[in-house]
Amino acid sequence: MTTQETVLSVNDVKVYFKIGSTGLLGRREQRYVKAVDGISFDIKRGETLGIVGESGCGKSTLARAVIRMVPAHAGRVLWMGEDLLELDSEAMRDKRKDLQMIFQDPLASLNPRMTLGQIIAEPLKTHFPQMPKSEMREKVAAMMKRVGLLPNMINRYPHEFSGGQCQRIGIARALILEPKLIICDEPVSALDVSIQAQVINLLMDLQKEMNLSLMFIAHDLSVVKHISTRVMVLYLGNVVENADSDDIYANPTHPYTRALIAAVPDLDKPAPADRASLMVDGELPSPLAPPSGCPFRTRCPLVQDICVSEKPPLTETARGHSVACHFPTASPH
Amino acid sequence: MSLLEVENLSVTFTTPDGHVRAVQDVSFSLGEQKTLAIVGESGSGKSQTAFSIMGLLAPNGQTSGSIKFDGTEILGMPEKELNAYRAAQIAMIFQDPMTSLNPYLRVSKQMAEVLMRHNGMSKTDAINDSIKMLDAVKIPDPARRVHMYPHEFSGGMRQRVMIAMALLCHPRLVIADEPTTALDVTVQAQIMDLLSDLQSDFGMSIVLITHDLGVVKGSCEETLVLYGGRVMETGPTDQMFAEPAHPYTRGLLKAVPRLGSTGAELATIPGNPPNMLRPPKGCAFSPRCGFANEQCKSAKPALEVFDAQRSRACHLTREQIA
Repeated sequence: MTTQETVLSVNDVKVYFKIGSTGLLGRREQRYVKAVDGISFDIKRGETLGIVGESGCGKSTLARAVIRMVPAHAGRVLWMGEDLLELDSEAMRDKRKDLQMIFQDPLASLNPRMTLGQIIAEPLKTHFPQMPKSEMREKVAAMMKRVGLLPNMINRYPHEFSGGQCQRIGIARALILEPKLIICDEPVSALDVSIQAQVINLLMDLQKEMNLSLMFIAHDLSVVKHISTRVMVLYLGNVVENADSDDIYANPTHPYTRALIAAVPDLDKPAPADRASLMVDGELPSPLAPPSGCPFRTRCPLVQDICVSEKPPLTETARGHSVACHFPTASPH
Repeated sequence: MSLLEVENLSVTFTTPDGHVRAVQDVSFSLGEQKTLAIVGESGSGKSQTAFSIMGLLAPNGQTSGSIKFDGTEILGMPEKELNAYRAAQIAMIFQDPMTSLNPYLRVSKQMAEVLMRHNGMSKTDAINDSIKMLDAVKIPDPARRVHMYPHEFSGGMRQRVMIAMALLCHPRLVIADEPTTALDVTVQAQIMDLLSDLQSDFGMSIVLITHDLGVVKGSCEETLVLYGGRVMETGPTDQMFAEPAHPYTRGLLKAVPRLGSTGAELATIPGNPPNMLRPPKGCAFSPRCGFANEQCKSAKPALEVFDAQRSRACHLTREQIA
C-alpha cells in the first residue's frame, strides 16, 4: 500500500465567503468568513481520508471546493497532476466522471419525480449521450444488483424507499460512471445504526472491488475511524491534526482531538475517570470573528499566552503525524 | 408506587392506505428520580409512545391501554384536565430546538408565557424566574440573552433554552425526545451531563428517547428496546448491554462501530425495518433475525420475565441465540 500513487493533492486551499461590508462615512471594508483557511492534504489510490470536525468547521465546504461546487479563493487542487481550479467549465465537467459525490440526506438528494432507474441512469445520459439505451439499461441493472437493490424496484420513486435504500440509490448513482474518487459527505449520519453498518460495509466492499479513493466526511469519530486509512481533524477551517487512523486514536496529540475522542461514549467500558478533564466547554466560536492566534484557544484546557498571540503551524511530530499546537503532548488515553 | 405506569399501550393510526399499528402492547413503569431509555430505530414507535403520554398524538391516532401518572389515569383525559399536567407535572424536550421554538418571539416571551399560564405569575416575576432557569442550564449572561430571539442562539444553546423551558414549572417527569441527535458530539456530551446534573438538582424522572446506544449507556438505569411497535427487551441498562438477551438488541450493539475496533467488517442486521402497514405475521423482527424459525414467523412471542428485573420477547431460549 505504501507505493500507491497519489490521486488527489490539495495544496493550501482557501475558501472565503464575502459577507456584507461595514464602514462609516463611506469607508467600506469587505469582510469575509474564512470557511476553509489554507488546507493541504493528499489522497492515494484506494485510500480513505476521513475528515472530522463539528458543524461549521469547514469540512463540507472543503469537499465542495475540491469538485468546484463552491469556488476556491486560492490554492491548488491537483487531480492526477492537473489543477482542477484552472480548468474551464467544460473540461471540469469531463473530470466529474472521475469525481463523484454522495450526500448526507439520502431522500433530499434524489429527485422525487424521477424513478430509481432514471436517477441511476442520469449520469450516463449526461456524460455518454451516445450510449445505446440497451447498454444503459444493462449497466443500471448491474449497478442496482451490486448495491443491493432488487430489479423490480427500477420503476419506483424515492419516497417509496427507506433511508438506507435511498442511500444505496445515491451510491449507485455515484458509481455508475466508474469514478476514481468518491466524496462522501456524512453519508450515514441520517441512518439508523443497523442500516448505517450495512452502508459502511457496502462502501468498503465497493472500494476494495473498484480500487476507489474515498474522502469520507463525518462528525462521528468512531465511524470515521472504522472506515479511514488516514484521519484529518478540522477546526474553524484549519487542520489541527492529521495522522494514520490507528495512530490518531492511540496517540491523539491535539487537545481538540482528545476532546472529540473523549466525547464518544464507549459501549464496552465505563467512562474513564479523567473524561471530564479531557472534555471541552462551550461551542465553536463564530467564524465571523475567529479568535486571534490558535483557533482552538477559547475552548482549550491547556491555553497559554503564546496561543493568543501566535497561530501554531501544522508541524510533523512523528512520521506521518502532523499537529497544529504549541503544546502537543502524548495523551495518557 | 411508580410515578409513571404504562400498561398495554397501543396506538393505531388510520391512514388512507389502512391501519398502522405504531405501538402495540407496550408496558413499562418508571420510579421517582429514575431514568428510562426507550431505544429503537425510526418507525419503531418510540416517539408515538412519548406523544401518547403527553396527549400529543395526531388526530388520526387512537389509543388503548392505560397510562397512569402518580396513580391518575391520563390516557384519554380531556384536553382541559390534561393541561394541568402538561408543563407543571410532565414536560417534553423535543429533538429539533429550532423548529420547536417560535422564531418570531423572544425567548423571554416564550418562557414567561409558561409561568404566567401555569403558575399565574406576573410578567416581571415570570421573566425573573426564566432568567434563573437559563442560569441553571448554564447559559452565560442570562439576563441579556433572555431577550434574544431563538436564531441568535447556537444549536447547543437553543437546546439549553428548550431544557430550561421544560423545567420552568419544576415538572416531576421530563420526556426528552432525541435531545442530542441534532448536535455535535462535544455538545452532545455537554447536554447529557447537564441533564443528569439537573436531574439531581430538581429530582425529576426522565424518559430519554433515542436511537443512540452510546448516550443510553452513560445516563440511563433502565432501557426498553422497541422494534416494530413492540417491546423486544427491557431491563437494567448495564445488564442488557453486557449480555443482551434478544437477537435484535444483540445485533444493534454489534452494529455500532467502536473506536478501538480495527477496520474489519461491521456486524450488520440484514434487511430493512418493517412496513407498519403490512407488519410481519409473527415476531416483528423475524424477517431480519438470523435465528428465526417457523414458530417465529407465525406467532408473536410474549414478553417474559427472567432474572427478576429483565424481560424479553423471543421464542428462542437465551442459549439458542448466544
